[in-house]
Amino acid sequence: MAPTSLTELQEAIRSHPQVLAVGARTKPRLSQVDDCTLLSMRGLSGITEYQPSEYTFTALAGTPLHELEQVLTEQGQAMPFDPLLSRAGSTLGGATATGLSGPGRFRYGGIRDFLLGLTYIDGTGQPIRTGSRVVKNAAGFDLPKLMVGSLGRFGVLAELTFKVFPAFRARISLQVECTDCHQATERLIEAACSRWELLALDYDPAQKRLLLQLGGPQRALEQIAADIENRWPGDVQPIESCTADTCWETIRTLGLDLTESEQAPTRPTRASQTVVAQVALTPTVVPELEQKLGSMEGVNSHYSVGGNVATLICQQPDNIPPISKLLAELQLVGLVLQGCDAPLWLGTTQPTAIDRAIKTALDPQCRFPSYDIANLQADHVAHH
Amino acid sequence: MNDSLKKLRAIYPADRFLEADAQLAAYASDALTAFHSLPRAVVLPETSEEVIDTVRFCHDQQVAFVARGSGTSLSGGSLPVSDGIVIGLNRLNKILELDSKNRIALVQPGVINLHVSEAAQPYGLHYAPDPSSQQVCTIGGNVAFNSGGAHCLKYGMTANHVLGIQAVLATGEVVTFGGRSRESLGPDTTGLFCGSEGLFGVALEITLRLIPQAGCYHTVLAGYRSLQDAGNAVAQIIASGLLPGAMEIMDALAIEAAEAAVACGYPPGAEAVLIVELEGPHEVIECERETLHTVLASTAAFQTKTAANATERMTIWKGRKSAFSAVGRISPDFIVQDGVVPRLRLGEALQQIGEMADVAKIRVANVFHAGDGNLHPLILYDGREPGALTRAEELAGRILEMCVAMGGSITGEHGVGLEKRDYLGTMFSQHTIDTMQRVRAAFDPRKIANPGKMFPGSDPADSQQATSGLRGLHPLEKAGIISRE
Repeated sequence: MAPTSLTELQEAIRSHPQVLAVGARTKPRLSQVDDCTLLSMRGLSGITEYQPSEYTFTALAGTPLHELEQVLTEQGQAMPFDPLLSRAGSTLGGATATGLSGPGRFRYGGIRDFLLGLTYIDGTGQPIRTGSRVVKNAAGFDLPKLMVGSLGRFGVLAELTFKVFPAFRARISLQVECTDCHQATERLIEAACSRWELLALDYDPAQKRLLLQLGGPQRALEQIAADIENRWPGDVQPIESCTADTCWETIRTLGLDLTESEQAPTRPTRASQTVVAQVALTPTVVPELEQKLGSMEGVNSHYSVGGNVATLICQQPDNIPPISKLLAELQLVGLVLQGCDAPLWLGTTQPTAIDRAIKTALDPQCRFPSYDIANLQADHVAHH
Repeated sequence: MNDSLKKLRAIYPADRFLEADAQLAAYASDALTAFHSLPRAVVLPETSEEVIDTVRFCHDQQVAFVARGSGTSLSGGSLPVSDGIVIGLNRLNKILELDSKNRIALVQPGVINLHVSEAAQPYGLHYAPDPSSQQVCTIGGNVAFNSGGAHCLKYGMTANHVLGIQAVLATGEVVTFGGRSRESLGPDTTGLFCGSEGLFGVALEITLRLIPQAGCYHTVLAGYRSLQDAGNAVAQIIASGLLPGAMEIMDALAIEAAEAAVACGYPPGAEAVLIVELEGPHEVIECERETLHTVLASTAAFQTKTAANATERMTIWKGRKSAFSAVGRISPDFIVQDGVVPRLRLGEALQQIGEMADVAKIRVANVFHAGDGNLHPLILYDGREPGALTRAEELAGRILEMCVAMGGSITGEHGVGLEKRDYLGTMFSQHTIDTMQRVRAAFDPRKIANPGKMFPGSDPADSQQATSGLRGLHPLEKAGIISRE
């Protein structure tokens, strides 16, 4: 199913018992749901309103992020949260439903912080328009925020309005070498609390380095960079801009196998057996998590957003149960984006009555896949 | 003694269970002073457990409750329900944890907004949302109404700074939304809870994100011969690619009132003043201020003044922050509106407000967050004149309808509350409102949590809301302790 208009989308939802919207399927595990018709949103694409002076745009859910970024760049603007998987074809609706943001989330916040309003189609095929198209609004319940990270379980996102910011005139990237994870974490925390106003702050354990990004007028950035070099003499090196672009772009692709997503295959390829998960955490947990992951073979990690997000890449599916157990011990949650034999959720899940009540309120006819975390846990256990 | 409250009374010592009329009077109104209503009782919990027990009592007995902080809501959000319970949360005022490494503050709902930044200050951190009442308003109220402030364009509203919430829902269920990480996985229920106007339950512990303090500020005041010129200047600043922390405009009537009240030294003869503030590392500000001054020089400003130090900065802001209470000196009563229009249509909106005010023969002063199109028309009236409040409310309503017609919102930061509930339908379809009502029912099937707010129609308590003879400034405003946004 690939509707090309809102009317077709409404009809498609009405005419199938259970549906799940998909964009470019750059995060294949998220659309692996049994007994459900997949609705491709790629036919619902395009910017419907963009007035640069308002710092807002409105676009259909199937609009590829890279197209949006091009249009914004032409007007000297940007989505400061560096949406993930943009070059891989990820769509605005898919990014919102997943709720994940890239390294730029560090400075001004993520998708939840820039989403202003949206229209979604509910299980009866009717549009629900919530939030607003202006940069400030406090009317009604903030259903747009609830849709962030909802994985399509409440309705089909059709059109979204985002706030944007002026693009930075220049950017400078630095790397800070660290002797070990403890030193890296100490420096990560210091940098996060500093006056430097970093745009992005990542930790790459494999290379034993922090990655820092600054944005603003070139002259100012050079002065701030010098201040950072003075703070950790000998350990700070500028990264040449071409290399830096590649470096940040690699982080934004999360190590996912992108070739498969281009054709939106219906079954997983061999490469997709590699499990890729995102974990929400705090910087002070990084050393313990990193130390315990270090004892597992074939697990790579990267820490983004000042140590608030970890990307775990696991080549050996056997390691998934112990990783999930470890996350649970640390009271962390992970979401699997790739790796179709892996459970959707890793670590701690807390099923509550209110989660189920919200799902029932928004989708009383169960026209979208269950969001019942208890079921997800059962799924989890089955895979153990 | 009222037997039906016996179980509730048993939770509290006598000095924290108020039911005498004289005691209740202090809770009868909030900063929307045109309305008041006496609750049946006020309870003053000191622990989360007491709040939970109170909510469970209300659920069991089907008694309406209104959780309240300092009562600074401008939309009547904390107006009591007659025959209901007010849960006064000011004694739950502990900052439970200040985790500077993870840049988090864990606070109780009665903590005062400004106290969070004061506690974070030694670590070089602060809490960004800064409603004008930040010296007295509480984080619990900020969360319930998703409060804003002068820095929303750059930093967002309260919801953007809340990472996690532990709450007791109206069903008595205790839940935890979100957590301590800046990222969250799964549906953003924390974001949903923010701005729910007390209709879901009571927040017990709130995890706030802290950000580094700005290295330096650069504050400029520019005087213009017309509002249109000031509005055009905002457009030019935006077009230059700058992202100021704040951009505020006041019109002649608001300037006149502020000048009389606090002698803020705004340019004489100005029909409008624009305040622009840049903030960031000094290296960045040194570059950006050159850009700003080049832009301002190309606007129609007849005078610009740059704050040379912190004292001069505070003087510039004093005029702005005092504007509302200052207007109270030139009119016995006023209504503050909070509509939002697309920034490009600010000039048009102000012109229409002026025309509507002329037709209605009502004076309107304008103060607004120009950076994000958030208007605050102050509609002046004398409540002693029969029908004056009604006429002022009718003008306020027409302004809200104009904002929606222009593609904006009925509220930027004050919330819908009691005041604007009849206008919710101008923004949302009935189907969307029905969906919101179902979400509300998921949290509160008995409609006991702050009924009569946000939704138009017939909540059980609606008929018991009353207008009153209470008028004029909020007592705290009269005392010069708070000012409105």
